[in-house]
Order: sequence, then structure tokens, then C-alpha cells
Amino acid sequence: MEIATRKKDNAVMVSVTGRIDMVTAPAFEKSLSDEISAGVKRIILNFSALEYINSIGLRVILTASKKLKEQQGELVFAGLQGPVNEVFKISGFHSLYKMFESEEAALQEM
Amino acid sequence: MQILCTIKMPATRENFPALMQAVADCARSQGISSEKLYGIELATEEALVNIFNYAYQGAHGEVEIVCMRDDGGKFVMDIIDSGAPFDLLSVKDPDVTAGIAERPIGGLGIYFIKKFTDDVCYRREGGKNILRLTVVAGNNPGLR
Repeated sequence: MEIATRKKDNAVMVSVTGRIDMVTAPAFEKSLSDEISAGVKRIILNFSALEYINSIGLRVILTASKKLKEQQGELVFAGLQGPVNEVFKISGFHSLYKMFESEEAALQEM
Repeated sequence: MQILCTIKMPATRENFPALMQAVADCARSQGISSEKLYGIELATEEALVNIFNYAYQGAHGEVEIVCMRDDGGKFVMDIIDSGAPFDLLSVKDPDVTAGIAERPIGGLGIYFIKKFTDDVCYRREGGKNILRLTVVAGNNPGLR
């Protein structure tokens, strides 16, 4: 798993490549919690290159979004595709979050 | 039922990559597509997470995975531990319509095992938990 972050205006874009699984989820969690601790209110998770996510990954996302919500912040998604998209549909996460085709579309909306 | 491969290792997180690799290699050797493989990997991982976290409650123990092919061509896996009895089929499904604030943290792993396989059976036999997961090669329900 590789994580790349990019800040623009008051949002941070977090792009994850590879797999979020039992081994890599802690690094993903740290990446999100570091941003939230630093005061970031809007996070765009770009999953266009994410190949795999499990329930631990979804738990990290839910925990982060609960924290952001308490701070009147928001977490949205860009580029969900393939089996990862199916995991989001089955878990009902699709109806919890705004979904955008691309980072650019997410930025425009925010 | 034809046994394709058997792997038995201490039930520790360090062995997670090797266990997952063995299952993935075995499934690929049966010509299972990458889409179906996702469901197999996800269900296996969620079952292993449960075993690593709860089966032995801090004590040492082992996990065994037996991959098989049944007479109808289905891919079948037995995931076996000797820990505390646990029938994951007894766990209630989470409410996947709840909002962010109402959603409990966790509870999706077992749900994924059920949703990404075609059949889940549990039995307790000889002091072991035996979880049997079956995936029909041409029909992975989670990935339709």
C-alpha cells in the first residue's frame, strides 16, 4: 500500500494505491488521524488505484468520519471502482458518503 | 471432494501474508478469475482476523486452511482452529442502512464472509471450529 497526500485550499486529498488489509490498515489509519489531528476538515479519499479493502479498512474510514463530523468536517470519495466499489455498496457505505468520479469533481463540489 | 492444498501455521499476524498467498495461489491454479478471487480473499481474511483476535484469547494456537474442489467444480475452503467455540453464523447482521453517527464501529467482517461467498457452514468437531466457505466459480454473489 502507498499513500500520497496533497493539500489544496482547505481540503486534503489522500490517494491510496494497492491494498488496505490487516497488515496495512494501521498505516492508513495513522495517515487519516494525523490529518484530522492537524486540523484538516475536509478529506477526499481517492481510491481510483485501490485494489482491495477489508472490514478493518472500512472501520478506519468510519472512525475518521465520525471524528470529522464532530468537528463539522467531511470525508468524501473519488474514483471508487471495481470490487472496492462493490464492498462499499454491500456495506451501505455508498449511502453514507458523497461519491465523485474524480478528485477534480470532488474539489469543485467542496 | 478433491483436496488442492493444506496449510497449517501458528495463528499469528506474522503468518497472515503466507496464509493469504497460499489461498490465492490455490484459487488461481483453479482458473478462478480475479473478480471471484477478491471474494475468496476477503472472506478468508475476515475469518482469519476473527481467529487471530478471539480464538485463543492470548494463548498460542494454530490455524489450518484446506482448499478443495467439490465434484461440481465449486471452490471449497475449510478454515480450522482449536480455539473457543464460535459459530459466526449466530452473529446478527449489522444494520447497513444506519447513518455515520449511529453506526457501530466494526461488525462488517462476518457480514462480508456471508455476502462474498455462496455458502457458509460451521461445525464444532473434535474440539475444533470448522468454517466451510464455498464459492461457485461462475457466481460470486458479492461481485455480480
